[in-house]
Amino acid sequence: MKEPSTLNDIVEFWRWQEYHRIMPNIKWTNNDLITAGVDVGSVGSKAAIMVNGQAYSWGIMRTGSNSPESANKALDFALQGTDLKVSDLKYIVGTGYGRVNVPMANKAITEIACHAKGANYIWGPSVRTVLDVGGQDIKAIRSDETGRVVSFLMNDKCAAGTGRGMEVFADLLQIPIEDIGQISLKIDKEPEPVSCTCVAFAKTEAMGLLRKGWSKEKVLAAYTRAMAVRMANLINRVGLEKELVVTGGQSKNIGIVSRIEVILGVKCLPMPNWRDNNALDPMVAGALGAALFAKALYEKAQKA
Amino acid sequence: MITVGMDLGTQKVKVVILKDGAVLARAQAFSGFDPTKAAEQAVEEVLKDTKLKLSDVANFTATGSAMDMAPYAKSTVSMMGADAKAGVYLIPNARTIIDVGAEEARAVKCDEKGFMVDFVVNERCAAGAGTFIEAMARALEVKLEDMGPLALKAERASPINASCVIFGESDVVSLIHRQESKPEIARAVFDAMADRISSMVHRLGVNPDVVLVGGVAKDVGFVASLNRKLGLNVVIPEFPDFVGALGAALTAVNRAKETPK
Repeated sequence: MKEPSTLNDIVEFWRWQEYHRIMPNIKWTNNDLITAGVDVGSVGSKAAIMVNGQAYSWGIMRTGSNSPESANKALDFALQGTDLKVSDLKYIVGTGYGRVNVPMANKAITEIACHAKGANYIWGPSVRTVLDVGGQDIKAIRSDETGRVVSFLMNDKCAAGTGRGMEVFADLLQIPIEDIGQISLKIDKEPEPVSCTCVAFAKTEAMGLLRKGWSKEKVLAAYTRAMAVRMANLINRVGLEKELVVTGGQSKNIGIVSRIEVILGVKCLPMPNWRDNNALDPMVAGALGAALFAKALYEKAQKA
Repeated sequence: MITVGMDLGTQKVKVVILKDGAVLARAQAFSGFDPTKAAEQAVEEVLKDTKLKLSDVANFTATGSAMDMAPYAKSTVSMMGADAKAGVYLIPNARTIIDVGAEEARAVKCDEKGFMVDFVVNERCAAGAGTFIEAMARALEVKLEDMGPLALKAERASPINASCVIFGESDVVSLIHRQESKPEIARAVFDAMADRISSMVHRLGVNPDVVLVGGVAKDVGFVASLNRKLGLNVVIPEFPDFVGALGAALTAVNRAKETPK
């Protein structure tokens, strides 16, 4: 996190890292089947390129006010440094909140199907339950060994626990969003979860707790706990079956993931360390799943 | 007999002073960080207006979410109890009282004597209370008091995610970028709130007369949306934001009689 150089510099605590990655071990030739998935979420836009169904490159950036433009930008970001052009992509699947606004897509598929498929790709066939915590909604998805959706539940009415809610909270407590997970664990004893999780009320409630002498860490822990409880309830309602994984932006929040494990009494499959330059990123699960569907759809079209 | 009712809300403290059950004066102050001080100020104001002294008051009764912090209070009454009491006092046929405040909304079912029979509360979500209108007015860059008149100009509501204040804020920003009409966005905000409140009322059963009180009752945009949703015209008393305080002051009359000085 950079320090503000002048008082006028506003530190944007909510801002998370936009980045793109090319997997080092994968090469492509013109004979390969190259497909793409573009996942335009409410907060983040993700695009992934696959070579013969193997993750090759991706880009993650903030969604702007214009969905088609965000889709184009994310795809360009994924293609950056690859020598590939959009015309080299045999098939493109759009997904996410803004999936109907992905202009270059051959087809749109729901993000629920794509996240289940992408989680199956990242962690393998033992995955049965996927918790996808996106910018504006939380989904608990049950899937089979092929990554096909069996059932799902969704909460899209409330910001508590979503990426957007966390951004607001990071700003409120003035803690960089990428650090809030770690910081929420810097407590001696886990406090009781806050009773009201409404993000709009968090301001008055958090201020009240700080005035009572609570540390920022403790306030954050109480909130994170309450949000983890909400997510665990959603998982229980859809029916928890092992193995459990977390996808979406909040998969990077260790405060959330570790608390869900404690509440449910199960361990999630190990998270890939997305900062490693040859690791997959669970935030791209939807785009990866979309690129896999793109491959299958292209092959089906060739056979027909 | 002089009694005072104090309603310590999340945003404002409202005070009503009665003489033999008739209103002499009203005053309000912003709660801020010190609701006790705000209540003291409002009490001072009504006493000044009526040329009375603290010692003239037979009983002070408090209500509202910060009632525990009320100065002078000899007793308290629940917000639902205060709504029922004052609602029926003002509108004798009132059987359902909807109270929409800054951070909370309630529906109270009551009998002809002004006693509460049943109630439903929304206290956990800002999308069902006045805070929602404030946040959306800020996002729209419209004054709070202009939101209602603006919404009345709209023929339809714009499609926004109005289930949550936080989502609504980001949605409004992108709608403004797309140059959507502000009146239609404002109407969507009131429609969404009215949806929430009406489903709350339906859980109680809609028993006319339906009376709307609380600060949000002064918002013409919300009233229009609520009437459309409920399919009836709600009755709004004069000074709807002082109904809680009035209920407390009326309760104070009974309490003063129960406990002679």
